[in-house]
Amino acid sequence: MAVARPRSLIAALDALADRPAATVLGGGTDLMVEVNAGQRHLTDVVALRRVDELATVEQHAGGLHLGAGLTWAGMEAALAEHMPALAAAGRSVGSRQIRNTGTLGGNLGSASWKASTPPVLYALDATIDVRSAGGRRDVPVEDFIVAEGRTTLAPGELIASVDVPACRGPQRFLKLGNRSSVISAVVAVAVVLDLDRRRVRVAVGSAAGVPQRLSAAEGVASDVVDWDAGAIDDDGLRSVRRAVGSECLATSDHRAGARFRRHAASVLVARGLASAVTGGRPGAPL
Amino acid sequence: MSADAHPQASDELELRVNGVDHAIADVPLSTSLLDLLREHLDLRATKDACRQGRCGSCSVLMDGELVASCLVLAADAVDADITTVEGLADDPDSQTFRTALLSAGGVQCGFCTPGIVVAAHACLRDHAAAGEREVREELSGNICRCTGYGRIAAAVAQVIGGQAGDG
Amino acid sequence: MARSGRSSTAQRPDGRAKVDGAFVYASDLREPGMLWGAVVRSPHPSARIRRVDVVAARAVPGVAAVLTADDIPGVDTYGLITPDQPVFARDVVRFHGEPVAAVAAANLDVARRAAAAVVVEYEPTAPVVDPEAAIAALPVHPDGNVFKHLHIRYGDVGATGDAVVEGTYDWGRQDQAFLGPEAGLAEPTGDGGVRLRVATQALHIDRQQLAACLGLPADQVHLELAGVGGAFGGREDITVQIHASLLALATGAPVMLRYDRRESFLGHVHRHPARMWYCHHATRDGDLVKVEARIVLDGGAYASTSPAVLVNACCFAVGPYRVDAAVVEGYAVRTNNPPSGAMRGFGCPQTCFGHESQMDRLAAALDLDPVQLRLRNALASGDQLITGQRITGTAPVREVIAAATAHPLPPELDDKASPLDLPGGAGLTGDRSHVRRGIALAVGFKNLAYSEGYDDYSTAAVRLERDAAGRARATVHCAAAECGQGFVTLAQQLVRDELGVEQVDLHVADTAIGSAGSSSASRQTVVSGGAVVVAARAVRAAVVRRMVSRHGLDPSLAPSAPSAPSTEGDGVVATTPDALEEALSPFELVDERVIGAEGGPQVDLADLLDEPIEQVRVYRHDPTEPLDRAGQGDAHVAFMFAAHRAVVDVDPELGQVRVVQLATGHDIGRVLHPVQALGQVEGGVVQGIGMALLEDLRTENGAVVNADFADYLLPTALDAPDVPTAFVEQPEPRVANGAKGLGEMPSVPSTAAVAAAVRAATRIDLRRVPIRPADIALGAEPPADAG
Repeated sequence: MAVARPRSLIAALDALADRPAATVLGGGTDLMVEVNAGQRHLTDVVALRRVDELATVEQHAGGLHLGAGLTWAGMEAALAEHMPALAAAGRSVGSRQIRNTGTLGGNLGSASWKASTPPVLYALDATIDVRSAGGRRDVPVEDFIVAEGRTTLAPGELIASVDVPACRGPQRFLKLGNRSSVISAVVAVAVVLDLDRRRVRVAVGSAAGVPQRLSAAEGVASDVVDWDAGAIDDDGLRSVRRAVGSECLATSDHRAGARFRRHAASVLVARGLASAVTGGRPGAPL
Repeated sequence: MSADAHPQASDELELRVNGVDHAIADVPLSTSLLDLLREHLDLRATKDACRQGRCGSCSVLMDGELVASCLVLAADAVDADITTVEGLADDPDSQTFRTALLSAGGVQCGFCTPGIVVAAHACLRDHAAAGEREVREELSGNICRCTGYGRIAAAVAQVIGGQAGDG
Repeated sequence: MARSGRSSTAQRPDGRAKVDGAFVYASDLREPGMLWGAVVRSPHPSARIRRVDVVAARAVPGVAAVLTADDIPGVDTYGLITPDQPVFARDVVRFHGEPVAAVAAANLDVARRAAAAVVVEYEPTAPVVDPEAAIAALPVHPDGNVFKHLHIRYGDVGATGDAVVEGTYDWGRQDQAFLGPEAGLAEPTGDGGVRLRVATQALHIDRQQLAACLGLPADQVHLELAGVGGAFGGREDITVQIHASLLALATGAPVMLRYDRRESFLGHVHRHPARMWYCHHATRDGDLVKVEARIVLDGGAYASTSPAVLVNACCFAVGPYRVDAAVVEGYAVRTNNPPSGAMRGFGCPQTCFGHESQMDRLAAALDLDPVQLRLRNALASGDQLITGQRITGTAPVREVIAAATAHPLPPELDDKASPLDLPGGAGLTGDRSHVRRGIALAVGFKNLAYSEGYDDYSTAAVRLERDAAGRARATVHCAAAECGQGFVTLAQQLVRDELGVEQVDLHVADTAIGSAGSSSASRQTVVSGGAVVVAARAVRAAVVRRMVSRHGLDPSLAPSAPSAPSTEGDGVVATTPDALEEALSPFELVDERVIGAEGGPQVDLADLLDEPIEQVRVYRHDPTEPLDRAGQGDAHVAFMFAAHRAVVDVDPELGQVRVVQLATGHDIGRVLHPVQALGQVEGGVVQGIGMALLEDLRTENGAVVNADFADYLLPTALDAPDVPTAFVEQPEPRVANGAKGLGEMPSVPSTAAVAAAVRAATRIDLRRVPIRPADIALGAEPPADAG
């Protein structure tokens, strides 16, 4: 058993090539829960915490390049302006302890039903930069998460970064749990306005095993927004709610029933949309 | 291939805890930083209450950042600088808070208290002028089952108010 | 007699160690050569055990012992009221998590692997999970499925009222969720006995059960209180005590047995889930005529304290109101659900939710103000309860209502509200335009200390001597368990004030002294506090006798020693509240001096202490009696009352609730330590809020599904409201310093108040707690959108 603590991406990939079955450790906030419960026994670990180049945010003409090693706190600090939905996701995660430790890559890689970054990245059309010693493949985030807790990551691969295409416009992330802070999601939604294309993008997390883009609801929403006036009326919001309610897949468990999850998703999308469109400046052009 | 790509043996961990360098042998790989502190270094002020990062009882500072030590793999804390509540004993700001916490009545069973003391230290350091709601949000990772938080929030407010008065 | 109260601002004696992290909790104990224990638990709520095979587990390297039901030297069951719970299941398991075997090994990892290597072949059977059906179902246990059936009939049971309101209410399963999981360290004493340092609420009650199972006389079983990380009722029952001691005796080594959070959820009793049917009759003017109720408590698989919880639920079922007639039928039943037992409030929070929901419905039916309806019917001293008992002590019901409703209301939400001020908090789901505010009051009451003829006493020793520097120093020895509530602060304070000495040391709580009973039922302030006060006064009397004799003063000034002391076995003097009313000598002990009345002689206390003075006292509160077949009798010694006014902001569309303020009025007799009293109220209130909105240990067909802090949600600092608190001080007669207990009442009306406030905000007839978001959101949805 062994631990590699590389300081560069190349070194990390080398370590992983040596031991393809090794566990890739980001912040550990999901992994250690399983380890502590005895559900998982570690034999080989490649720990990425020291790879500084994975903890960067780069802005380029086409958008943002987010290192997989960014912590929630790092995302909040760096993205409040450019990607407020992702920054808000960090805040909803709650405890300062977790925000200081959990990483973007870890959140994506664990593909937990409760993960907060995936719905945001779905709505942002993000692409996952997957690396191995053998090379790189870019995977659209919707293809990356295969099922609850499962991704397309193969042995020897790790998440290096996430590419988010530029998208001009307001964004909202709303997460419903039962508590005021340190919220375990019952439903989370991301609403993104693409002002250049005059499109609304909507993704829902935690309602079912994997996040969902709601394309039909997006169509309805894009149509009912008055893009010139920066407005949306109550009838429009009602049609968005109906569209979300009929399109959103939801499961029942001890936290909530499917019917409530669908209902909550529809309310959250409508609220997020209304807030994004009016942006606190009702009537102003978008 | 760079040298640091070679996986190190996990059973010889070097890290600094409360200003003291340690080299600890025979640590199973699945050990958390919490268990390393409690069982290998006999530093049991840091408390073990949920092992899910959901209660904050095991809060420590890792390179100055507040973390839940149960969620840190001990082998990943190598070369880190860890500060537990014992390590803040000589810190005047921490002492000010401790005194405020006692006089406000923020300690009952006290099991959450070491974690609260460490979390409040980070909160007061990083949000020196925080309002009451912000303080409560910052401390929301630390569950206290006895006090209902009122006396704890009062202690933080007392320290913030005192600093404002002094400054 | 009320003394100066100078020390009422003293800080808790363990406080400095706690803030520094130096305080040693049970789980922090270590000994050289210590082994670690682990328990094998049933994954099934109901199953026959076909076979238990420990061969593979014993073969795991590092394993020192593997024990099963065949390895118990004494009685193989235990229980607080009825010993019906097996130390290890033998032929059948009756709840998810029931212990089947235990292992001791060189370290925790090996112990857990060995526990996993114990082969248990189960044949699962259909669990009985519906409490109502359990009453008539095939017995889950040879003792049957009804722990207790109580039928209270009071007054003209055929009476009817002008207004009749009826309702059924449900209460989920709350966990104490103390932060410090169960732990104990057992060591063989070398003479066949055992020493156990453990986090518990009641050392002597543990010892009684432990000694029986170990087959040892009580004097070979030594218990010492280790640091307790909260309790709230969850440490009344045996958890680690017997298993750790069996393992220590089997291995000859110290054994630490410590639960993790999941095991803690599975391994201790919970607050009883309840279903309550109520029917209230009242006159047109709002006078209560009759209350009918049927209360079914889910006791889970084993008895624990279920019979006593049921007595409480029924005795206080109509709330702190005068009523001419009542019919209350209660069942505490056995199921294959997790065992239920004591939790802060002990049956009263459940029925408070029932009777207060009914009072609001009655007010609505009569078009009366809900607060006025409560004031109109409020109990007062001298009134009769539905058990026929007349209240002889204080009963300031109107006063606590007035106090709770006198607090200023919080400001309305305004446009400047931060998202954190909105329901939904940091999830940023809130939208101010959707938020509706609700305000409601709930009032409750409960018995103080143990009831129904239980021999409820405590023992305290107080010693006065010179310390090394020649100053007077007192030491208190009492086995009362300090669980965080602050009894240690109070014991010091009481002795300081009685004896006028600054330095008061606390002997560790252990079984070397007589029992102090359990830190339960809000009783330690009154019962152990009473023992400490009478012991301290006995020391004071001895000091004065010594002074009178040494200084040749008038012998009539010396208080007489009790001429014919009533003694417990070993010469310990037994006392009752009569001792509190005995005249004190004209000498005061103040500032380490003995001072005579009106310019009389003054002597340095330390000068009199060339020989130490120690007095031990047992103190009993006034006797109570069991209820008769009609549920009538003077079963309780005293009562505590509280009123809570909740202000909530609700987001009805999403079912999110933020408790903005919970204002209280609490009957307390006298406030002994204002800061600790406030801490009890705030802490208990937030637990009640948790029950109203968050906390529910869920089962699916008997199996627990959320035994962790990720899914069993506790209130965070951001969920806790302001709790403005007013204490109503009417000294209780026949209680030391007139001070009642306080521990439980904050958790009694708080849940009901929050639920009522949510109803007021939403106009939805919510009948279950905890309230789930869907109960509000889908109830609020127009039918057209309900698909």
